[in-house]
Amino acid sequence: MTLAIDIGDSRTELQAQTSGRPLPTSFMERLERLPARYFARRRPAALALSVEGLTKIYGSTAIVEDVSFTLPRGATLGLLGSNGAGKTTTIGMILGLVTPSQGRAVVLGHDMACAPYEILHRVSFVSPYIAMPAKLTVRQNLLVFGRLYGVAELERRIEELSEQFEIAELLDRVFGGLSAGQKTRASLVKALLNAPDLLLLDEPTASLDPESAEWVRELLGGYLRQHGAALLLASHNMQEVEQLCERVVILHRGRVAELGAPRGLIEDYDCADLHEVFLEVCWRQSSGCDLGASAF
Amino acid sequence: MIASLLRVAAMTQRYLLLLASSWPRLLELVYWPMMQILVWGTLQFYLSERSSSFVEISGTLVGGVLLFDVLVRGQLGLSVTFLEETWSNNLGNLLMSPLRPVELVASMMLMSVVRAVIGLLPVTLVAIFLFDFNVYQLGFALLPFFLNLVVTSWAIGLFVSGLVLRHGAAAESLVWSLVFALLPLCCVYYPVGVLPEWLQPVSLALPPTYVFEGLRAMLLENAFRADLMLRAFALNALYLAAALYGFLRLLRSARASGSLLSSGA
Repeated sequence: MTLAIDIGDSRTELQAQTSGRPLPTSFMERLERLPARYFARRRPAALALSVEGLTKIYGSTAIVEDVSFTLPRGATLGLLGSNGAGKTTTIGMILGLVTPSQGRAVVLGHDMACAPYEILHRVSFVSPYIAMPAKLTVRQNLLVFGRLYGVAELERRIEELSEQFEIAELLDRVFGGLSAGQKTRASLVKALLNAPDLLLLDEPTASLDPESAEWVRELLGGYLRQHGAALLLASHNMQEVEQLCERVVILHRGRVAELGAPRGLIEDYDCADLHEVFLEVCWRQSSGCDLGASAF
Repeated sequence: MIASLLRVAAMTQRYLLLLASSWPRLLELVYWPMMQILVWGTLQFYLSERSSSFVEISGTLVGGVLLFDVLVRGQLGLSVTFLEETWSNNLGNLLMSPLRPVELVASMMLMSVVRAVIGLLPVTLVAIFLFDFNVYQLGFALLPFFLNLVVTSWAIGLFVSGLVLRHGAAAESLVWSLVFALLPLCCVYYPVGVLPEWLQPVSLALPPTYVFEGLRAMLLENAFRADLMLRAFALNALYLAAALYGFLRLLRSARASGSLLSSGA
């Protein structure tokens, strides 16, 4: 006997083999009363990240005010802003480190203020300001973090990523004894251990020489394409943002000052590059010229 | 559940690796308890020679020192384990990971016991050979004494760790000092009856008081006071629950205040 339960757009076929006797009515009634979510196939969230009216107020000062943007799965978004513009606080609210005063951040369909732990295993963040423990070796650190994230075949994954990011010879060295560039590469390996669906990077190539930075950007680009992961990149390196990001958000004094594709903004502002666009936006905001945020 | 246990195991592994890689950290675990037992054990010898009436209660001095060190080392074991994360700027990595706060607390509790045992095991042997005091002669009674003191140390450790989480480095000095506020109140070296009457209810509200009263009953009367251990256990359950709740509330407060962004997170 086969039972087919049609629930909205999802259909689940439940095959019940019996000895020829019909299933009891009460059992069938119980099946039909079960909540649809136990049978409906979860639809993957279309958006990797949805930031809706995020606001953070300390005392009477709004550090971040009504910031909204979306990041589809597989897309890349640059988060730009001067020092103190609210980038770190915005990222903090996205990751659940900071509780928003208003608004919400929804990561892969999960509201980070309510249910962060259901999704954090699919998110990674790298920043030069948050380091791995200095007294452990790189391998020890990666093993610990890999186990925290529940990474399968962890040792194989570490070897694979270490080869890709050329830190294999550093694995048994103490993390605190590495150079800044080596630490950056090791941190990127740590960030990719769990093959995240959403990758947040804060100045990922700040400590790297230009050649290494370009090489890391290619690796990151390859990872994003291969895994369909989304990227939110906070950086002051405009060339890097132009290279990696399909769209950018420019924050100024906690508010979204501009949003759009780098090429589009360059044309709109009649500037030579994104660096000039950034300066122009900041200048106009500071001098009180009303730009109006671009629609998204 | 299994994933949760694996995360606790991962964090415990992290702390064990850190301890194993650092001889100063291992030395510090043993150093202060050893100094304590040498000073107090020698004092006990001196007083025993001077006064025959002191001989009778002399074991309670060294025993009190040892058991109070369980409290101190247990609390420091938990709090310093937490501080290692803030010192290494790793707290942010943890709070952005799938590691739940209660799992972090569980690993800190495990390390509290590990650190206390590493620190005190050699000291108990020194007490046997130098001062003729064998704490293991307490037998099975040692277990409820030890457990009650460890649970109290967890409650204090969680409380001060929560303060550090919320208030940052300004609260760090409390990690090292707060537990000593219990020294006069828990009647480590003297019975509760010695305290002024108005202070005795405060003392009796503290779980370690019953442990030290129980120690004196064992050493002087050869009696195991299960009633004292049960009262200590009941108070500990209350205080631990309050401390855990407080820690989680302070974590929530730290998220709301944004202090995690500036305190190694």
